[in-house]
Amino acid sequence: MFDLQSALANARFDGIAQIRELGLQGMITLRGDVAAPVLKKAATAASGTAMPGQRKAVFSDTGGMAWMSPDELLILCPYAEVTDRLEALTDALAGTHALAVNVSDARAVFEVSGPHAREVVAKLCPVDLSPQAFSPGDFRRTRMAQVAAAIWADDDQTLRIICFRSVARYVFGVLSVAAQKGSEVGYFQAG
Amino acid sequence: MLILECPCCGVLADETELTAGGEAHLKRFGPESSDDEFEGYLFRRENPRGVHFERWRHSHGCGKWFHAARNTVTLEVYGTYSAQTTEPPEAIRQKISGVAPGWKWRLFK
Repeated sequence: MFDLQSALANARFDGIAQIRELGLQGMITLRGDVAAPVLKKAATAASGTAMPGQRKAVFSDTGGMAWMSPDELLILCPYAEVTDRLEALTDALAGTHALAVNVSDARAVFEVSGPHAREVVAKLCPVDLSPQAFSPGDFRRTRMAQVAAAIWADDDQTLRIICFRSVARYVFGVLSVAAQKGSEVGYFQAG
Repeated sequence: MLILECPCCGVLADETELTAGGEAHLKRFGPESSDDEFEGYLFRRENPRGVHFERWRHSHGCGKWFHAARNTVTLEVYGTYSAQTTEPPEAIRQKISGVAPGWKWRLFK
């Protein structure tokens, strides 16, 4: 049996915010015409959620779906269910011009939480992360320091980040530096 | 700092989130074109002091290409538009004419 490991094995850092690597997360990339009824039906069945609007993400107890680009969706689910869900999705999309791929092991997921979580991420991304501009349900692909990342807000004090697994160590590093003790900015009037 | 709105995903993207793709609306000349045409396609570029049209890619975002019309002197951005076109949309041309009357860029004015 394989001993499956996420990129950083639940590494964590405590500073002005708590940074955690979240371990194995099931992820399926789905590309195609997201307006097509066939694809909508297959995607919502696979994620167990409704379709997300532009730059939005929707979640349920067992999964989630995020809008990645005009022709790309990201389906989130428990790691153990990826194979089954992908199979069902591929079957449902038979004959449709679309692509569904299991990318769970190609990515890493981080959680940044605490009253200063938004500040920590805002130090690294050219995005307005104020609670008014970026709230739970929003989803944003952007640049985190030097690498690509996608961000969404679980609640006002919790942000989640997806990056490529190959740069997980780098992302954990920059997040840890940005969350060093004593580095509060107070711009978003945290708390 | 240049901020462009990506017409594909609607994000107000910072320059560092984008990749510059050079001059817009190039017409490709390949096999069977004359040497002059091919040289022009490969090497001759506008280098205007003023209105300019460029290609950009939202590389750290949705990954799509788009066009931008902007001014190289004032850094004003006149607008962004789809990459799937061979000329700037009328609305953007009118907007430029309002700010910079008499502008001219390659075949467009």
